[in-house]
Amino acid sequence: MSEQQSVSPEEVRHVASLARVDLDEGEVEAFTEQFVEILEAFETLDEVPEIEDSEGLENVMREDEVREGLSQEEALENAPESAEGYFKGPSVS
Amino acid sequence: MSASHSPLEVARVSESSIFITEERIVGEDEGQLAGKTVAVKDNISTKNVRTTCGSAMLERYVPPYDATAIKRLKEAGATIVGKTNMDEFGMGSTTETSAFGPAPNPAAEGHVPGGSSGGSAAAVAAGEADLALGSDTGGSIRNPAAFCGVVGIKPTYGLVSRYGLVAYANSLEQIGPFASSVEDAAALLDVIAGPDERDGTSRKEGADSDYASAADGDIDGLSIGVPTELVEGADDGVRETFWDAISKLESQGASYHEVSLPSIEYGVAAYYVLAMSEASSNLARFDGVRYGPATESDGNWNEAFAEVREQGFGPEVKRRILLGTYALSAGYHEKYYGKAQDARAWVKRDFDDALSEADVLASPTMPVPPFELGESLDDPLKMYLSDANTVPVNLANLPAISVPAGKTEKLPVGLQLIGPVFGEETIIRAASAVEE
Repeated sequence: MSEQQSVSPEEVRHVASLARVDLDEGEVEAFTEQFVEILEAFETLDEVPEIEDSEGLENVMREDEVREGLSQEEALENAPESAEGYFKGPSVS
Repeated sequence: MSASHSPLEVARVSESSIFITEERIVGEDEGQLAGKTVAVKDNISTKNVRTTCGSAMLERYVPPYDATAIKRLKEAGATIVGKTNMDEFGMGSTTETSAFGPAPNPAAEGHVPGGSSGGSAAAVAAGEADLALGSDTGGSIRNPAAFCGVVGIKPTYGLVSRYGLVAYANSLEQIGPFASSVEDAAALLDVIAGPDERDGTSRKEGADSDYASAADGDIDGLSIGVPTELVEGADDGVRETFWDAISKLESQGASYHEVSLPSIEYGVAAYYVLAMSEASSNLARFDGVRYGPATESDGNWNEAFAEVREQGFGPEVKRRILLGTYALSAGYHEKYYGKAQDARAWVKRDFDDALSEADVLASPTMPVPPFELGESLDDPLKMYLSDANTVPVNLANLPAISVPAGKTEKLPVGLQLIGPVFGEETIIRAASAVEE
């Protein structure tokens, strides 16, 4: 096993902001503690040798043809807010 | 940051429920499944019937289209009786992470039904449906099948279309059947298997399958490999039940030998790194704009996005999104994701080697009997480690079945049989002999 991984509450907050998930203080505390243990278990992967995946995968292509899809109405019906046929979201900046 | 928060209040059906939504969807008059009732995991899209994934985020989400597996069920004449309870987005091994509350285990009162497809296994065990569909990313069909004393099949990756399955970890998951007998589970697999132009990872195999007729119990000459690593760590009672089942197969003309899979000890770590990484990307779509609850936020896009995700996701989902984001972030990508891919290739190679000298591999499905309700919820790592016997199969893209092997102290134990790629007939035949 390599050096002990340590995780700080600041790192948990940073990752949460990258992932766009707000956390309350209780969650930050719990995750900080749990992540130390979980990442330590992930550290065992350091011992895995480099292996070449021998599986021969092929790309699957199809003709780019127009076909029936969801109507605009159907595509919007689960949106909390829409306007004039568009999704309505918060302002970008 | 808000000082306190509570998860969105979702309407719990009751303290403990098999179904999240009970609604009948009637299929064609005739077909292979005419007269059969099927319960469907709530992450498989059903047109005009809400599909929540066990999450407050999708409490009101009503898909405008059917998953391919649902289309095939209807064409085969099945009647869908409802959408079953599950761990939120498939993330859990007990069905306790559901935003709608836990599900019961009809075969073991006071214990979890397993997960994440716990409601589907429980529906079959309780006789609420003849058959059920679940999905298996790292054991989510086999684990609840074992815990509820029913049959569950995780198909070879690519055998069943994932079109309309709400994605958790695309490279690992498959839709598959539950039933109370191997033959019935195989018959349901016959209906849903086969290529689909809407899923580029589906394969031509399974188009004209007849898995049901493979459930003939004829295992004379069958060679069984037993990976020692998957038996040694199991509870005493589980091991005893497992070896009794192997003896039973020997008495019907099968033989067994022990095999070693050295890569297996890295299976759980590799699986969780890959599954969490894929999840962190897949779940980015839940932004409160295209679907999801409306927010009161007056902040900008990023602030509103982060707020709706705080409210809409439960702790296990947040944990996995964050760990996946961490594993993919600059400086850590090679260390975690890169090494996990190496481990995945190694696990595949180990299984290929073992299956070149055996027709099937056998292990206990779960190393432990069903947990008591609440037992593992506060200890995520303990829950992850209990998946040790099921996750390697997903890493290797192989088919596996869990069939009831007996009980230990009145709790169900499952036998897992693993086959080569597209070796569904072999594992179905072997499993049917366990029922003899």
